[in-house]
Amino acid sequence: MKKSEPDNLGAQSRRTFFKSLGTVAATAATAQVQSVADGLEKINAEKVVGPNAVPVTLKVNGENLRLLLEPRVTLLDALRNYSSLTGAKEGCDRATCGACTVMFGDTPIYSCQKLAIEAQGVEITTVEGLAKNEKLTRVQQAFLDKDALMCGYCTPGFLMSVTALLKKTPRPNADDVKHACAGNICRCGTHPRILQAALKAAGVEMASKTEVVDYV
Amino acid sequence: MSSWPTETKYISHSTKRIDAPAKLTGKARYSSDIQAEDWLYGMILRSKWPAAKVLSVDVDKARQIPGIKAAVVVRDGAFTVRYYGEEIAAVAGTSKQSCLDALRAIEVKAEVRHEFVVSETEALSEKSAQVWDGTPNASATPQIRESGSVDTAFPECAAVVEGFYTTPVQLHHPMETSGNTILWTDDGVTAWSSTQGISSVRDGLAGSLQLDHSKVRVITEYMGGGFGAKFGAGVEGILAAQLSKAAKAPVRLMLTRFDQALAVGNRPSSFQKIKMGALADGTLHAFEAENYGTAGIGGGADAGGGGGGADIPMPYLYKVPNTRVKQSGVAINAGSARAFRAPGNPPASFGMESAMDDLAVKLGMDPLEFRLKNDPNPIRQREYKLGAEKFGWKSKYQKPGSSSGVVKTGIGCAGGAWPAGGASRDTHGDAQINPDGSIEIRLGVQDIGTGTRTVIAVVAAEILGLKPEQITVRVGDTNFPPGPGSGGSTTCPSVSPTVFDICTKALQQLQTRSGLADARGENWFAACKKLGVSPLVVHGQWQPGLSADRACGVQFAGVDVDTETGLVTVKRILGVHDCGLIINQITLESQINGGIIMGLGYALYEERVMDDLSGVVLNPNFETYKLPGIADVPDIEIVLINMPERGVIGIGEPATVPTAGAIANAVANAIGVRVCSLPITPAKVLAALGKVPPAATA
Repeated sequence: MKKSEPDNLGAQSRRTFFKSLGTVAATAATAQVQSVADGLEKINAEKVVGPNAVPVTLKVNGENLRLLLEPRVTLLDALRNYSSLTGAKEGCDRATCGACTVMFGDTPIYSCQKLAIEAQGVEITTVEGLAKNEKLTRVQQAFLDKDALMCGYCTPGFLMSVTALLKKTPRPNADDVKHACAGNICRCGTHPRILQAALKAAGVEMASKTEVVDYV
Repeated sequence: MSSWPTETKYISHSTKRIDAPAKLTGKARYSSDIQAEDWLYGMILRSKWPAAKVLSVDVDKARQIPGIKAAVVVRDGAFTVRYYGEEIAAVAGTSKQSCLDALRAIEVKAEVRHEFVVSETEALSEKSAQVWDGTPNASATPQIRESGSVDTAFPECAAVVEGFYTTPVQLHHPMETSGNTILWTDDGVTAWSSTQGISSVRDGLAGSLQLDHSKVRVITEYMGGGFGAKFGAGVEGILAAQLSKAAKAPVRLMLTRFDQALAVGNRPSSFQKIKMGALADGTLHAFEAENYGTAGIGGGADAGGGGGGADIPMPYLYKVPNTRVKQSGVAINAGSARAFRAPGNPPASFGMESAMDDLAVKLGMDPLEFRLKNDPNPIRQREYKLGAEKFGWKSKYQKPGSSSGVVKTGIGCAGGAWPAGGASRDTHGDAQINPDGSIEIRLGVQDIGTGTRTVIAVVAAEILGLKPEQITVRVGDTNFPPGPGSGGSTTCPSVSPTVFDICTKALQQLQTRSGLADARGENWFAACKKLGVSPLVVHGQWQPGLSADRACGVQFAGVDVDTETGLVTVKRILGVHDCGLIINQITLESQINGGIIMGLGYALYEERVMDDLSGVVLNPNFETYKLPGIADVPDIEIVLINMPERGVIGIGEPATVPTAGAIANAVANAIGVRVCSLPITPAKVLAALGKVPPAATA
């Protein structure tokens, strides 16, 4: 497959064009409207891709993933359904559950809300890219030690949120963890263990609050 | 009769979840991750009407959409749909996008019925539209249970309270939606299902598709939660199979989150009118209740294990000499209920435990003392006492509404039970011990996130004198010896005695064949080597005497209530629970945390909202169907009552039962008035305080 050129595709998006339009419009006279329309037409003419599949190259976990995708395919679908990277999960497909969280550069994002075509040129890390040579990361190991997972379907998302937090804030407090995980939903109820695991990964051990008492 | 070892290395200790590494690295393949060769997407077209007669469904144009390989209609000829979201047709195609395009191209001709009802209270009225033509929405003969003489008993009481306690329809919302990947070939059907019951899905698919059971194989290696919603094959499973047959390719049909909220089960609502009285010494004397609730269009026909009905156990934990209980389920135009974690019990606990606190206040008694006076169960008695001590009940309990300031604090407690449970006697399994000392244990059960794989490894390691990581556990495949569905807190008490039996027999045979008196531990490899070239394969099954049922449990809650905003913040929860012999403590604690957090959602956030005028579900998503998030979860403390003499008991259900009652009682204790309706939203708190008018109720 022919490798696509991410730099060309991403050079000036419709969004950045509209952003600049805002400033222009605020100061421009009516006479400029025509030139604005011309500019938009030019960009559209250059940028319209699809509806048929186009080559897309994603940089995932340090490797180039060359895919042929309709432009409307999301990053999440590209990973889960056009490659074998099914670690990021689909829980809602509309930016509410966080199971699809991946790292986009250093930022955790909902991969269901990004088109794959827009995700080119930036290093993407999925849950499959955390452990190197079978060795779990500190965060993964802390999740294992604290049993911060049950069914495990939300776990990849929480792992990415916590991993991103620790990159930015190596010594977080409980509120930092709660804030970082505010966009992730768990239905099994692993939240207390996720908090404990995140703090453990940062070097803070929380004491167990469980007591076992004999009946008689 | 068999008995558990008393000196243990792994049982009653903590072994880390053995499948955690797979789940933490993305290697675990969930049912929705299956990428069978040349697989297709499947999607379902659903009714946009709450009631309609579908005259014809034309899928020809859908079949013309590029990428579409098959389209099927739910039924031939005309048929009736009775709720918003009921299945009409389905398509399979090479991309999600082509399926979305195809759904739009399906032509449905229907006579839309404007007569429908989605409110329980309205459905009871004689003037209401009928969900099932010619049949009243509520049974003409409600279930009535009576003992003693209620009418003469109430005048004898020193205090009587009356209340109307209501609970909403709650949705399961597992993180992985319901669905399957299904491949139907001439050899039979293979289904990778997101299910709690591989056997029940196998049997359901075989029945619906008219295939021999032996021609259907169900595989569930990893699945993303069920909570009672995922026992049957479901319409979505049958449609996926039909699409696969038509397309001659595997079809992955997972529900959207939107669909999940409409069509695959829920916990029935309850509307509990309770009148309860006690004698001057605090002894419960008279109880009268009238309850109705809805299980949608049905009583949970798809629930597999049953439990989809709207009835609740009353007067729940208490023995009252004079009782009259009248119950009825009422049909509405909404998706059918299914079993939901401890069916009937969380609403019963909320209603009864609320009434208990209200009556205690009226009697001038401490609510905890009032419970100790009336709860006949000795285990719960012990749990209340232990919990009260740990929680600091005596020093913290204040009269309702007596804390000062804008943000009021309160504490409450509630009790629960799981009267069902127990084990499935028909649980089977195999062990294969290889000459190299490796061992594989195979059971046709599934691990739905509760830690079943780890339980199997722990019990096997204990009996064989090995380490849990030496045990290869294989579950989640109907090719293995059959086991029960994971529901009703039955998995652990079914599986543990079975593994005990398999391993005890395997050990005996290994010792016989190797000539070693004790093949455990350090002798293991030498013994296995003597097997020569043939592995030892041993079959075992569930044995009596190693498990039990009827777990109890009490919980204590501490809350802050902001009387200006109505916001309730749960600060602390203490759960005191028994589950007989503890198998694996760390995963047991996780189950209790999970039950409590689900109960917290039931108490404060969760409610399916339907629109009376259009008949649609208004919150089929996570923006407006609120689940507890990490910031809502309080400090959770657990006290486990160790009762190894009882054998193994499951904990999944009892852990979620008392939470809502305890939180509701803490809120009432904080603000001095009762919010009688779950979820306890800020608007309801403010209304109870008289600061805003009460909202119109459904």
